[in-house]
Amino acid sequence: MSKTSRTSITMPSTAKKGSIIEIRAIAQHDMESGFRYTESGKLIPRDIIHVFTCSYNNVEIFKADFFSGIGANPLIIFTTIATETGTLEFKWVGDDGYEAINQARITVS
Amino acid sequence: MKTNMNFLPRMHRRDWLRSIQKLGFIALGSWFSPSLVFAKKEDADEAIKKITGGAMIKDGRVTLVIPPLVENGNLVVLTVSVDSPMTANDYVKVIHVVAEGNPYPNIFAAYLSPRSGTANITTRVRLADSQRVLAIVQMSDGSFWQGSAETFVTLSACTEMV
Repeated sequence: MSKTSRTSITMPSTAKKGSIIEIRAIAQHDMESGFRYTESGKLIPRDIIHVFTCSYNNVEIFKADFFSGIGANPLIIFTTIATETGTLEFKWVGDDGYEAINQARITVS
Repeated sequence: MKTNMNFLPRMHRRDWLRSIQKLGFIALGSWFSPSLVFAKKEDADEAIKKITGGAMIKDGRVTLVIPPLVENGNLVVLTVSVDSPMTANDYVKVIHVVAEGNPYPNIFAAYLSPRSGTANITTRVRLADSQRVLAIVQMSDGSFWQGSAETFVTLSACTEMV
């Protein structure tokens, strides 16, 4: 059984063709670094999101690899050029079969 | 009585001050010595070597922004921006962020393309200690550029118990 969690995307729903839009993507996740110990001295195993990808009408436009140094509830802000009307798909993949997918529509004039 | 006094090591006030000053320099030297401040620097160097494959890294074009004083190392807002036209033949390929004082030096790697429009990435990172954070950028022509920022962390991430 795979895990998933709440995610949220903030980006404009309309844009002028050729303009640069800013996208904020956040996922609810503890990002357990694998360097912390419990009170009894046991190491807490690592549980993080590894990869975040963004595709624009099924073409991958952005990818990021996350490591233990990314804080809890990973937020990433990046930019892209609005080329055509369509769907942006966001995907997070992590340890222990974690997977989350979110989509956003954009109308380009 | 007077001859006896001459055998004693007489120390004048100025000599004494000079020796004290030397002690001070030794103390300062150990304080700033890199081996003590960056305990994990070798790990970071290795991580950087893995990224670049031993290629030369030039300074400049990369701006890394983190607050100079951080109260809590668990969530630190970090922004990397690269001076690049982002055209089809001249763009930023990858942005790597490496922290010298973290138990795992790599923080993230962002893969961009000409479709990114600009090379600006913002995220929130964990910092284990007061340290230097580096951003290493690979351009489309294969050259590497770097930028860095120093920060002072009051409460460290990764040390607290659960």
